Amino acid sequence: MYDTICAISTSSGIGAISIVRITGPEAIDIVDKVFSGTLKDKETHTIHYGHIIDNGNVIDECLVMLMRGPKTYTTEDTVEINCHGGISTTGKILEILINNGARLAEPGEFTKRAFLNGRINLLEAESVNDLIVAKTNAARTLAINNVGGKLTKKIIELREKIVKILSNIEVNIDYPEYTDELEVTHELMNKYLSEITKDLDNLVSGAKNGRLIKNGVNIAIIGKPNVGKSSILNYLLDEDKAIVTNIPGTTRDIVEGTITLNGVALNFIDTAGIRETDDIVEKIGVDKSKNIAKNADIIIYVLNNNEEISSEELETMGNLDSKKTIIFVNKSDLEQKINLGNISREIILGNTVSDNGLDNLLVAIKNKLNLDSIVNKDMSYLSNIREITLVNKANDALNSAKKSLEEELPIDVIEIDLKRAWEYLGEIIGDAYEDELVDNIFSNFCLGK
Amino acid sequence: MYDCLVVGGGHAGIEACHIAAKLGKKTLLVTSNFKNVGDMPCNPSIGGTAKGIIVREVDALGGLMGHIADTSQIQIKMLNNSKGPAVRSLRAQADKITYPKNMQEALKNTPNLTIKEAMIEDLIVEDNKTRGVITSTGEKIYSKTVILTTGTYLKGNILIGSENTPSGPHGEARSNYLSDKLKEYGLKIIRLKTGTPQRIKKDSIDFSVLKREDGDAKYWTFSFDYPPSYKIEDQVPCYLVYTNATTHQIIRDNLEKSAMYGGYATGVGPRYCPSIEDKIVRFADKERHQLFLEPESLYYDDYYLQGFSTSMPRDVQEKMVHSLRGLENAVITKYAYAIEYDAIDPLQINASLENKILENLFTAGQINGTSGYEEAAGQGIIAGINASLKIDEKDPLILKRSDAYIGVLIDDLVTKGTIEPYRMLTSRAEFRLILRHDNADLRLRDYAYKIGTINEEQYKRLQKKKQEIESLIKYLKENHISKNNETLKIFSEFNKDAPTSNISFYELLKRPEINLDFISKLISIDYSDEIKEQVEIMVKYEGYIKKAYKEVEKLEKLESKVIPDDINYDNVHNLASEARQKLSKVRPKTIAQASRISGVNPVDISVLSVYLKKEYNHE
Repeated sequence: MYDTICAISTSSGIGAISIVRITGPEAIDIVDKVFSGTLKDKETHTIHYGHIIDNGNVIDECLVMLMRGPKTYTTEDTVEINCHGGISTTGKILEILINNGARLAEPGEFTKRAFLNGRINLLEAESVNDLIVAKTNAARTLAINNVGGKLTKKIIELREKIVKILSNIEVNIDYPEYTDELEVTHELMNKYLSEITKDLDNLVSGAKNGRLIKNGVNIAIIGKPNVGKSSILNYLLDEDKAIVTNIPGTTRDIVEGTITLNGVALNFIDTAGIRETDDIVEKIGVDKSKNIAKNADIIIYVLNNNEEISSEELETMGNLDSKKTIIFVNKSDLEQKINLGNISREIILGNTVSDNGLDNLLVAIKNKLNLDSIVNKDMSYLSNIREITLVNKANDALNSAKKSLEEELPIDVIEIDLKRAWEYLGEIIGDAYEDELVDNIFSNFCLGK
Repeated sequence: MYDCLVVGGGHAGIEACHIAAKLGKKTLLVTSNFKNVGDMPCNPSIGGTAKGIIVREVDALGGLMGHIADTSQIQIKMLNNSKGPAVRSLRAQADKITYPKNMQEALKNTPNLTIKEAMIEDLIVEDNKTRGVITSTGEKIYSKTVILTTGTYLKGNILIGSENTPSGPHGEARSNYLSDKLKEYGLKIIRLKTGTPQRIKKDSIDFSVLKREDGDAKYWTFSFDYPPSYKIEDQVPCYLVYTNATTHQIIRDNLEKSAMYGGYATGVGPRYCPSIEDKIVRFADKERHQLFLEPESLYYDDYYLQGFSTSMPRDVQEKMVHSLRGLENAVITKYAYAIEYDAIDPLQINASLENKILENLFTAGQINGTSGYEEAAGQGIIAGINASLKIDEKDPLILKRSDAYIGVLIDDLVTKGTIEPYRMLTSRAEFRLILRHDNADLRLRDYAYKIGTINEEQYKRLQKKKQEIESLIKYLKENHISKNNETLKIFSEFNKDAPTSNISFYELLKRPEINLDFISKLISIDYSDEIKEQVEIMVKYEGYIKKAYKEVEKLEKLESKVIPDDINYDNVHNLASEARQKLSKVRPKTIAQASRISGVNPVDISVLSVYLKKEYNHE
């Protein structure tokens, strides 16, 4: 019997719906822990409506497909969670499943299971290998090319710190007669452990921001026609042509363009569907605004300085989450006809005509995201669940080391935990090798007959 | 016609021929000079960190090294006694006269064993099957199995400065042709290097300025079977010496004269055994290096200067030694030298130590790329056992990484190969909390008994030990502290906090400040120290030991996934090319072994598992 694995089955990026799939002996139990409904007593191959809930918070509304083995892809019990796309929602759901006992699947592992369980044939099996290889190579390229590079560097530094301590301990063990070498005492170990824990904490706390940074921030610019939404977009994109991209974003929405601000990608969500219609207010209505608001990290609600504010606008504005909304009054270069007294919230004034017309808007975005603090902390960011899981494991190992230190167990026993932490961190960067420690001992210490 | 023929009477050869003879095999030991059997050409000690555990493992398996070291040691101590139980290990200064003498005596008294002096220069090989050996005089000796334990004798070259002398250790004749013959039979030969430091005449040393290091004031033995036979007060001390700025300057000034730096040597030397010039060059900012003076024997006057091995010419060595405090007037009785020799690439041998190319040929010790008497003995006993099992058509004894340091040693060799002489280190063992010196008998004697290398009496003693451990644990679990005035008084008397509830003594023992000696004040404990030690370790480190066994279990699942011998890695699509090369070379027996090969990634293992399922319907 295998353990229970899960993964996002749909390709990340475009698409309104994503599927998170979980398979294995505990698949149904684990989903029941996080699903508002109960699958345990339900018939196989049935669909259930409900919510994924984490610590009492509703994460997403979804349809859950229950498929009991053996009539499933892997022949094991399988549950597919159809949720709303976007890396943040699906990623969160995946994380919740992992926290409840599932393991993140290796590339191609579902197919591998299907094959090993005799579900698919030889011909299909050939493609399994291709899949495993292709996905791994893709992941490898990804790791080299993106933000992960900085993370890798941080982890390498942390591992170097740890391996120095480890090899010092090993030298104390293997060459006890060399009393000139520094002895790692309990006191010293205590100091080392707090330092490493601190470094690791920084990696973990950076994790949430990390996803923001890796996948970017989704910004929707909404408002009545002719308030200047397109001009604002074009102005912002023009400002930094070199980094304007047209690649599909990582959310279910299509990104119109991306700019980077303080190293963070700002993805402007295409509201083309909305703009096509003549009478936007009628078409989208309050509900549609809500919908967009739900999926964007930041909403820029645009008003026209040169026009009186309408009752629809007031209503829409009232329904937007003030935490993530910036009210932007455009066309400040024209005569002010808007009655700003009607708006009880903070507003930003600006225009797309003068040179620095949108500076205030950019500052407002930065403030909303707290970007300055992110960058100033000079953190590296953990960006996916696999990494976070491994860092958590490393953290557990460190905690166990601390406990043993309190219990005054010998250093060489405490070292076992420290070594585990070091190994988990090695798994994140993937280039750990078996004799690393031994090699390090001999490059850093001078001993022998 | 012999059953088992062993070439070479070093520490590997001794254990190999002894254990084969013990298993009733008609055994021949061929050595170039019987007087050198059991010789210690380098350091005058047996054991050390990790190595001392190997000695105990050899003893547990029915070998000689432990007991002979006990009968010939002149100082013994438990290393790391203040650290955890997993890293403790015995080290003894063995007398270089007594040890070989006792060893030769033991071999002479081994039934089924014949000893012959000759130099072997070729094998008798038919269809890749080894049938025997050919001596330098052309004599053919037939045997069902052959074990080569040739040490540094294969094309040995002694290097002192720019001098290069073809020779085995001690100026003994070397084997000139055997390694070429092995190459002709298809084996890959590698060239390795090792070194040994100066010997200093005792009465030329000023001991008064040196720090003295004594043996332990507690009795120890390597052997599980015999009581100690020495007196604590008879132990001979060692001394500490330090290099200084002058020493370092002399070395730097003469660097190009050393064989290694002058480019006169080709062999790869071990990193853990660097020459002093290596240490000075690589650790330039270190102000001093520690050296040790160790007595070689009670019967002659040489002291071994550990830490000072070098391939400098003699005149430079004189200057170097005289720059050391306490050795200003030292007389060097033997200069340091480096020795280069041929070995076989260990990737060509199976975990049974039988050769992959030549059937019935086993190898052990330095010829397999290792260094050290203990590493040699550990392989020797396995080679001897497996040659015997092969003759009986039984499965070989393959110790797992979780069974013994010997298992780690052999698995490392045959899985990863080596480019330098391999020395055992504690850090090479991932399950060191299980592989302790104190439980070598518990780990290995069941195997030994099943094979027949320990006797009925030894086995009964093992059973008794196991029962007593169990019964003491049960006793501690079943009995609880009764909190009366008397017990509280004992706690306060020994300055310990009394527990708040009536916990079991088992729970009490888990506390860091509590040991069984203290508990024996509260409740009578009628067990030997040996049993008490085992139980203390098992209780105090229970959490970690359990975790280790969980890891072992995981590993064993992978170890049970066998890779068929006939697999052709060219047919396994999608393997990374490095992985394909390495797998084809190592030809691992199991998925677990495959995963330990450097350059074989998890993806490759995945690819391989899928292939095995497809081709062999492998689970």
